[in-house]
Amino acid sequence: MTNMNTEQWSPKIVAFFCNWCTYTASDLAGVSRLRYAPSTRVIRVMCSGRIDPEFIMEAFAKGADGVLIGGCHPGDCHYSEGNYKCLRRYDLLQRYIEQMGIDTRRLRLEWISAAEGKKLQEVVNEMTNTLKEIGPSKIKHVVETIEK
Amino acid sequence: MGNDKPKLKLAVYWGAACGGCCVSVLDVHEKLFDVVANADLVFWPIALDVKYKDVEEMPDQHIDVTLFNGAVRNSENEHIAKLLRQKTKIMIAYGSCAHMGGIPGLANFSTKEELYKRVYEDSESTENAQKVYPQTETTIAEGKLTLPNFYKDVCTLDQIVDVDYYLPGCPPQTERLVEVFMAVVTGAELPPKGSVIGAGSKVQCDECKREKVNKSGITRFYRTWEKEDDGKTCLNEQGFLCMGPATRNGCGVRCVEGNAPCRGCYGPLDGIPDPGAKMMSAIASMLNEKEEGDIQKALDTVVDPAGTFYRFSLPGSILRRKQS
Ligand code: SF4
Ligand code: SF4
Ligand code: FES
Repeated sequence: MTNMNTEQWSPKIVAFFCNWCTYTASDLAGVSRLRYAPSTRVIRVMCSGRIDPEFIMEAFAKGADGVLIGGCHPGDCHYSEGNYKCLRRYDLLQRYIEQMGIDTRRLRLEWISAAEGKKLQEVVNEMTNTLKEIGPSKIKHVVETIEK
Repeated sequence: MGNDKPKLKLAVYWGAACGGCCVSVLDVHEKLFDVVANADLVFWPIALDVKYKDVEEMPDQHIDVTLFNGAVRNSENEHIAKLLRQKTKIMIAYGSCAHMGGIPGLANFSTKEELYKRVYEDSESTENAQKVYPQTETTIAEGKLTLPNFYKDVCTLDQIVDVDYYLPGCPPQTERLVEVFMAVVTGAELPPKGSVIGAGSKVQCDECKREKVNKSGITRFYRTWEKEDDGKTCLNEQGFLCMGPATRNGCGVRCVEGNAPCRGCYGPLDGIPDPGAKMMSAIASMLNEKEEGDIQKALDTVVDPAGTFYRFSLPGSILRRKQS
């Protein structure tokens, strides 16, 4: 909103987490009372390979300051190769969003196993800090405002 | 016989366009007789000397069908789009530019300042020491001269006015236009408002005759001059980037038939808001690499991903333009 000042502004992160690993890790972090920035909106998917590039673009277009993808470590995907596909999409998307003038630090991919609640905490906190440095995303505004 | 039936009133207009769409209308060839037997062309700047003020004087809804081609990129395009909308019963976004922004929509990768600087200062054939740029108003001895306002953004037609149908293609295949036209003339039931008409409902690959051998396993991509096409295997499987998997059919896969990769002018299928997203998924599935370094090396051969995947659709895509 217009009256937000940088002090109280905290970045909104849309997080697509694989059900079998990162999503469980986020549960674990919760149960273990590991504090992490309250800025993430978690969307559970059955595999990181299910995350269509469209989801990520929609998240940015609807106002996300950052998008975090969490999947199973290489070799550990429950559907064998979904995470590799996710990695290839991610690498291509990074090139695309850079061409679109979007700071590539707004999109991040991490392999976080079900046991790595601590890593999840660190990744979210780190990404939150990075996004605070970059500042609020203007993507939604640009998408919605046709400039004449 | 049939002469008691009032003729259809048809208008064709170009916004930010190359003229190819208007030519595709002229390409009806001998079918032109069917068209003129059934329709009066009431406005068509490329072919008829009808003035804007003549259109302004028409009653509302006077025109049955308008084929609006071209994107909306300046105040004149917008003014005429709104005027024609008011005067027209069925507004058709005709061609890739009106549908998704088209080639002129690639300007959304640049700011207006960058475009002006390139065109009016830096281009090789330009000498403009005084840095004269177009102005919307200039006063000279004889009076005031005006030009349309050049917008910062290129827009699709439906970002400016309500659109009834989309007839895709760069340019649309003329046969498809004739089919749509005859459907309107014969009073056939038209699809629901907002539909893509004059095109198929499958991806190009479904219709393409090229052999698909292995499903994935590409290690790199080639530009069309880097390697010889074998003339029979799927272009993507040979590593030539083909937009077929992300593109609606209807053109007869005419580019691949001519041994060139599909570039995506017919746009995405229903329910797919972003052809580039679809293509990025397809590419991720075609490649097999698992190591970060190998993936990056393979992706280095996808030259200009954004420009390639959104060649015809940047203004109509989810992110719409480059952030500045
Ligand atoms: S990718 Fe291109 S060449 Fe291959 S089947 Fe599809 S349309 Fe044909
Ligand atoms: S093959 Fe592709 S680029 Fe060529 S006309 Fe058809 S849709 Fe357009
Ligand atoms: S199941 Fe977790 S990434 Fe595929």
